[in-house]
Amino acid sequence: MRIPCPVCGPRSVSEFTYEGDATVTRPALDADADAWFAAVYQRANPRGPHSELWHHMGGCRSIIRVERDTGTHAITGASLVSPHEASE
Amino acid sequence: MTGFRLDEGGALIDRARPLSFRFDGHSEIGFAGDTLASALLASGHRLFGRSFKYHRPRGLLGAGPEEPNALMTLGDSSDREPNIQATMAEVYEGLSAESQNRWPSLKHDLMAGPLALMAPGLKAGFYYKTFMGPGRKAWDFYEPIIRRAAGLGRASHAPDDSRYEKTNAFCDVLVVGGGPAGLAAALTAARSGARVLLADETAAFGGSLFESLASLDGMAAQDWAENAVAELTALPTVRLLPRTTVYGYYDGNVLGAVERVQDHLAERDPDLPRHRHWTVHAGRVVLATGAIERPLVFAGNDLPGVMLASAVERYLTRYAVAAGRSAVVFGANNAIYRSAERLKAAGVDVRAVVDARPNPPQEPAHHIASAGIALHAGTLVSEATGRRGLKAVRLARADASGQPRDGWTETIETELLAVSGGWTPTIHLASQAGGPPVWSADRDAFLPGTPREAWTAAGAANGTADLAALMADGARAAGEAASSLGFDSGVTVVPTIEDPDATATPVRPLRAIRTRKGRGKAFVDFQNDVTASDVRLAHQEGYRSVEHLKRYTTLGMATDQGKTSNVNALALMAEAQGAAIPEVGTTRFRPPYTPVSLGALAGREVGAHFRPVRRTPMHDWHVAQGADMIAAGAWMRPRVYRRDGESVTDAYIREARTVREAAGMVDVSTLGKITVQGPDAGEFLNRVYVNGFGKLAVGKARYGVMLREDGFVYDDGTTWRLADDDFLMTTTTANAAGVLARLEKHLAVDWPDLRVAVASATDQWAGLALAGPKSREILQRVIDDLDLSNEGTPFMAVRRAHVGSMPVIVARLSFSGELAYEVHCGARDGLAVWEAIHEAGQTSGLVAYGTEALGTLRIEKGHVSGPELDGRTTLADLGMAKMASTKKPFVGQALMDRAAMTVADRKLMVGLKVLDDRPVRTGAHIVSDTMPESVASLGHVTSPTYSPALGCHIALALVSGGGKEGDRLTVVDPIRSGEHIPVEVVSPHFFDPEGDRLHG
Repeated sequence: MRIPCPVCGPRSVSEFTYEGDATVTRPALDADADAWFAAVYQRANPRGPHSELWHHMGGCRSIIRVERDTGTHAITGASLVSPHEASE
Repeated sequence: MTGFRLDEGGALIDRARPLSFRFDGHSEIGFAGDTLASALLASGHRLFGRSFKYHRPRGLLGAGPEEPNALMTLGDSSDREPNIQATMAEVYEGLSAESQNRWPSLKHDLMAGPLALMAPGLKAGFYYKTFMGPGRKAWDFYEPIIRRAAGLGRASHAPDDSRYEKTNAFCDVLVVGGGPAGLAAALTAARSGARVLLADETAAFGGSLFESLASLDGMAAQDWAENAVAELTALPTVRLLPRTTVYGYYDGNVLGAVERVQDHLAERDPDLPRHRHWTVHAGRVVLATGAIERPLVFAGNDLPGVMLASAVERYLTRYAVAAGRSAVVFGANNAIYRSAERLKAAGVDVRAVVDARPNPPQEPAHHIASAGIALHAGTLVSEATGRRGLKAVRLARADASGQPRDGWTETIETELLAVSGGWTPTIHLASQAGGPPVWSADRDAFLPGTPREAWTAAGAANGTADLAALMADGARAAGEAASSLGFDSGVTVVPTIEDPDATATPVRPLRAIRTRKGRGKAFVDFQNDVTASDVRLAHQEGYRSVEHLKRYTTLGMATDQGKTSNVNALALMAEAQGAAIPEVGTTRFRPPYTPVSLGALAGREVGAHFRPVRRTPMHDWHVAQGADMIAAGAWMRPRVYRRDGESVTDAYIREARTVREAAGMVDVSTLGKITVQGPDAGEFLNRVYVNGFGKLAVGKARYGVMLREDGFVYDDGTTWRLADDDFLMTTTTANAAGVLARLEKHLAVDWPDLRVAVASATDQWAGLALAGPKSREILQRVIDDLDLSNEGTPFMAVRRAHVGSMPVIVARLSFSGELAYEVHCGARDGLAVWEAIHEAGQTSGLVAYGTEALGTLRIEKGHVSGPELDGRTTLADLGMAKMASTKKPFVGQALMDRAAMTVADRKLMVGLKVLDDRPVRTGAHIVSDTMPESVASLGHVTSPTYSPALGCHIALALVSGGGKEGDRLTVVDPIRSGEHIPVEVVSPHFFDPEGDRLHG
């Protein structure tokens, strides 16, 4: 599997570390235990299109949001998740 | 003696280069270019192995990767490798080969007799039926005996000293298979300008062109192939990989291939690897993987001398070897006529062509008639007879369903029976990267399903038989592939072909021929000894799904993965169920297509190269001082600096004692260091640590603990504020990379509003800890621009200073509980700073100490480390609940007080004092002192040591409920020692609990 890193181009999956389900947003730190329980443990685990976070540990160290089909492993998109991007 | 070498011919052999090799200890001869199979066949060998279960004599069935019987062990030293197909191994001068699964010899296998008698009991599922009774006692007794009797070769126990390599290749079009379709594809893609990689598992490109009688562009097929290879070789955009098996097709059009670089050479080049693993990143892939001929299923079909017709032809054309002096050819397609003619032309006495079809096509029939070969149409070989090898075949008339009508009509003596049951396209890679295979009744075969990756199957792999059609197929597939990648594929390379074998006659499927009672076994899977009756029995016993059939009978589960057995087995299942083959379905192929050497997968990442080694700037000094170095993750650290006659224990006790009495220094360069910079750095640290950092004064350090999101303790360390917006965080050696990744993720995903940047600084800094009552006076000798007194550098102060001209950061931190300073400097100054301080301390009795004494000192102080931070402990478990801030939220706070994490019987960290003079060990269990034999474990020892300060053995431990000070418990270590050691629960702060010394 290759992941199209927006910074480095298509790179082997072995350079990346999975950072989890990108559809799960962490609640505020002072949110209650239920909200945190959901964020830490509960996953939809869909078969089909999925949005995931991958960390380019062996490359630019960016965190990338990857659109991947868990059934076919087909990757349809990848974009940078970065403080820079978010603050724009 | 049956097979023999022809006086001329043999496309692949070089008669000018004879060579000798050994087979089962005897000297054999062959020519360069021979396979082990062809050379032995030429010398008259028929017996190539003993079968897996019944130890039946077996000869060659095939000539390529499909061979199920002729498995050999090659080499006799560390490179000894079992289960290599004789058909794929090229001979070289001095090769040593051994047959397998026989004792004492291939010819006289003592296991064969008893197993023949036991055979009726060894049918499908016999393990389950015979041995898996209540309690499995029988299985436990028989298993080792069965394992010895049923088996393949044995691997060497010596380390493999061959070299292996891994590499990557990038291409526009990968063509798998160098037969006619593959060559047409490679030429077409190459001429369009695309970067092409062409791989073939054999030594020579050409495939079935070696057997073709066709003329291509007016040339003999073999000459055309040679020209094609020459053209491809000359192109800089093409890479040819012979002896390379593409074994796996993975996501993103990434394929795995293994090139056998030197297995065929007598003189191995030490600078080249034995095997090279290729990870191929391809734009498009053309699967021109060809097809494998199917054997026929009838009684005695496994006798040495029964071979695939295509294999018989290959031995003739490629190696000039006739597989027998007399022959019968049997099948239900036109190809068998060419085989018969070819055998006849080679001087073999072809006694009959047996065609199951009642009305064979006229032209080939006429041909063989004029060659003087008898044709038996509408006839079957119902049985092959012989003891150690084929002696005769018995013919029977075929009824409309292709089964024998009555008893046999005729017996023909023959040494060779060439059989053809049709063709099975090699769709392994297509199946790995595509939908389920699709049954074609026309082709009587499974064809590739819908691609899931960017591949096109072409040629025989696509079910095409006719040469012109399959070359056009290959060229078309490559042309489409190239143009889809933007290359101009104006030329598709299709030669003008005149092929005498061209035919449109449909194949007649020939199914398992029923065996008359007591007339011997009819094999479906040769390598795993699965018979037609095993398949029928599995059906009778309710194993209807192909997946169940496979596991119950072990069909298709041998090293050949059912290359010759798959379709025959499915046809039997279909027959038993009264269903059609596609209704029975087929199993999915998974990588690898053929076995892959583990060495190729490991590459150079073995031994010292298994992973990178990290050495601190002071590494060489430690080694020069005689330190025992020990791996801490990837780092090498000094464990103890042993002096003459000292044991490791003696050394660490001396080192730890010296620290408490005078001073010691330890290399702490391995500490993880992360710069945390930016206007929001304080707020960021407040969120990741349980305790507060926002108000930490510049020039101060603070100990911090971080939790995981689930509330368990993750890591600890001190963080220093170097400026308002500049912190240096230290982590444990083990978690340095993990902590950095977490911080990056928080900043990118969770809190993108924080203006903070983080970066690893571990490798940029060298560090040492100088500890002990004399540490201040020693350090002051080398630093004159900083006052190290309690006023100038109070506890937890972080100051900049110089050792000589070298800038350092001095942090008054203590892991040992003594007056202590950490001195950090640029990595390149590490050794010089270390040596300067070491030199300055000699008059004060300073010693260097290693990780053992470091551990002893921190255990005496009750400081937690890796064994306590095991991912299952909470702040409260470790006695640090009070550190958690109530004034600000932090990661893990919301989940750290869940019910199960606060129950009374959680394992809490305590100190243990051993009540006699025996040491306790990490991982030993702790039980009550009253009934140590029968009670449940209360916990375990995490960090034991001998304490020079206390003069006894002590340990940190996790104990259910924590007990109370003065409780007596017992440490037991049933696996390693069985000793029961009495201990007393004490505070984990064994030594100087008030901390007077570190403030000294």
